[in-house]
This record gives sequence, structure tokens and C-alpha cells, in this order.
Amino acid sequence: MPIISLDPRVTRLEIPEEQGLEPIQPNEYFETYEVFHQAKSGDKHIHVGSVHAPSAEMAFLFAKEQYGRRSKSYNIWIVRSSDITSIMSEDADIFATAPEKTYREAGGYKVREKINAFRKQHGSTQQSS
Amino acid sequence: MEALSSLHKEAIREFLYKMADDQLILGHRNSEWTGLGPLLEEDIAFSSMAQDKLGHALALYTILHEHLGEKDPDTIAFTRNERELRCCHLVEYPIGGYDFSLTRHFLFDTAEHLRFEMLAGSAFEPLAQVARKIKGEIKYHVLHAQTWMKQLGSATEESKARMQSALNETMPLALGIFEASPFEAELAEHNIFAGEHELRNRWLEVIAPTVADAGLVLPDIDALTPAYGGRQGYHTEYLQPLLTEMTEVFRIDPTVEW
Repeated sequence: MPIISLDPRVTRLEIPEEQGLEPIQPNEYFETYEVFHQAKSGDKHIHVGSVHAPSAEMAFLFAKEQYGRRSKSYNIWIVRSSDITSIMSEDADIFATAPEKTYREAGGYKVREKINAFRKQHGSTQQSS
Repeated sequence: MEALSSLHKEAIREFLYKMADDQLILGHRNSEWTGLGPLLEEDIAFSSMAQDKLGHALALYTILHEHLGEKDPDTIAFTRNERELRCCHLVEYPIGGYDFSLTRHFLFDTAEHLRFEMLAGSAFEPLAQVARKIKGEIKYHVLHAQTWMKQLGSATEESKARMQSALNETMPLALGIFEASPFEAELAEHNIFAGEHELRNRWLEVIAPTVADAGLVLPDIDALTPAYGGRQGYHTEYLQPLLTEMTEVFRIDPTVEW
């Protein structure tokens, strides 16, 4: 399965990357940039969409108004789409069995009864609920 | 705050009117791009900034109403005639091409940014509060303007030529922003505003490097005739049609509750 660039020429036009994509000439075509919005200091940046622009700076100008004008905002990250590495949606099944593997999560273990039994046996008065 | 003397009041009134009228008229002009912008995202950004300008006008008209006994903001904005307005000629011109509108936006908003930076420390507290509140908004306007100037000043031969031509056309108009008022000394003496001349010098210091960065040439300032008259109520032929259109709905029934 291929690991691909998020470059729209790859994801939408389905041009194979191995063909060697020409660098996009400035002032000929706009590039796409992905926008990550941060609502307040310390928050995660959350992907909110993309913009077309001739440069990262111009992309920021557009993203600020597209995604930052109607809700509380603290910062915005702009990343060239082609700089993001991804998989094809048809390969999403690599994650298919993940929800079943609860033994990989702390919550997947039922140990409360064992702890209570241990405390009882060793005379601890503290009962855990 | 100490009671305002009548001369003092007259000086502040004149000062607030010219700033607010600039914002109202340019806000209206720039909103004419809504739906016609060169890119969807830019259309939204430019429209949003035009709306900001109307907000600035409202804030200043509100000070006039609450502190200087003028009528309510809607009445002030929509019922004065052309001769009563104090906007400069720069803001009156039709939107032209996007080169003209962007260059005007760059020259005006840079001056506005510096003006409100100066006013953040004004002794007239209601104005200082407004200046501090809107400074972030204007910071984005200037970033927007400077980024576009750089982009188009260096993109193609055509874009460069068009931006240079727009700059040559707008510079004499932009110098009209700084037309001195009869109250310059009064405002400076009371630490309300350091003066149009001071603002003009600061403005030139900021726009010169940006213009150079954009690969454009600033026209020789001393050779230009500034477009004065707006601050005294003498306007271009473009203002009255704008007012007629802007007040069209209001005039149907000025007493209606919105």
C-alpha cells in the first residue's frame, strides 16, 4: 500500500508520485495549504480545512478570515498540503481491528475486584468503590 | 475627566468627525467589492475589513454622541449633507481596479494604524479606549495590505506595472489624509493628538521600506500636490453619488426601528 503526499495532484488527480511531480511554479498556479486552528494558548491545533494561495503568507491572510473570524482564536498554522504525508482512504482498513484491542488500553483491564479482594485479605479497612 | 472647554470641545469634535467620516466612506467603498473580489477567500477578507471600518466609524460617532452632545450615530452617519462631511478625497474615489483599491487600503490603513497607536495614549480617555480596543484589528489590516503589496509588486511584469501605476495615482490623494486642522495646536497642547504633521512623518517612515520591499518606487513626495479640501467640506464629484446610494434605504423612513 502506498504512503502518499496530500498534494491534490496525487489525492485528486491521482497522478502517481513516482512520475515525479513538477514543482508548482509561483504565479502560475496556486498551491493548497492546510489550516490548523488553535482556539486558545496551550490548546491543540485542529485541522479545519484548506485554502488556495500563491504563498504561505497569503494563505495565512485567507485562513485568518476563513477560519478565525467567527470563533475564539489564538493561532493558526499553515502547512503546504504536499508537505503532509498520508495514506489513501481505501487503505483505512489497516486500522480496522484497533477498537477491538481493548487489552492495549488501561480501561480494558477489570482489576477492581482483585484489588478489593487483596485489601480484604490483608486487613485494609479502606474499601474502594 | 475635567470639563471640556468650548474651544477644546470644538477641537475634539472636528477631530472625531474627520476620522469617523474617513472610516464610514472607505468602509462603504470597500464593501462594494463584496461578491466581486478576485478570489473567494480574498472577497471574504476584504469584506470583513470593510465591516471593521464601519465598526470603527460607529465607535467614533458614539463618542461624539455620548461625550460631545451630537446626535445618535445613525443620524450623524446618514443625514448630514456632503458639505458637512469631513472625509479626505482618498476615501471618496470609486473602487477602480483591485490594484487601486489595494493600494488605497495599504496607504490608508497604515496611517490609521499609526494614528490609533498615537491615540492609545491620548488624554481624551474615551478616544484612547477605542484606540486600544481596535489596534489588533488594524494590525491584521496592515499585514493584509503589506502582504498583498509584496505579492503583486513582485509577481509578474503586469502586476508590478499596475501596482506602480496605482501607487503613483493614490499618493497625492493619500497625502490629503494629513491636511492640517485649525485645531492642531489645541489638540497637541492638551495631549489629545500629536498632530497630522507628526503622523505624516511616521507614515512615510513605514510605507517607504514596504514599498521598496515590494519592488516598487515611492513617488517623490515633494513634487506632489496633496489633495486637500476634504477636511473643510470640499469634496470630489464622487462623494455625493456615494451618499445618495448609502442613505437610500435610510431615507425611506428615518424613524423606523431596525
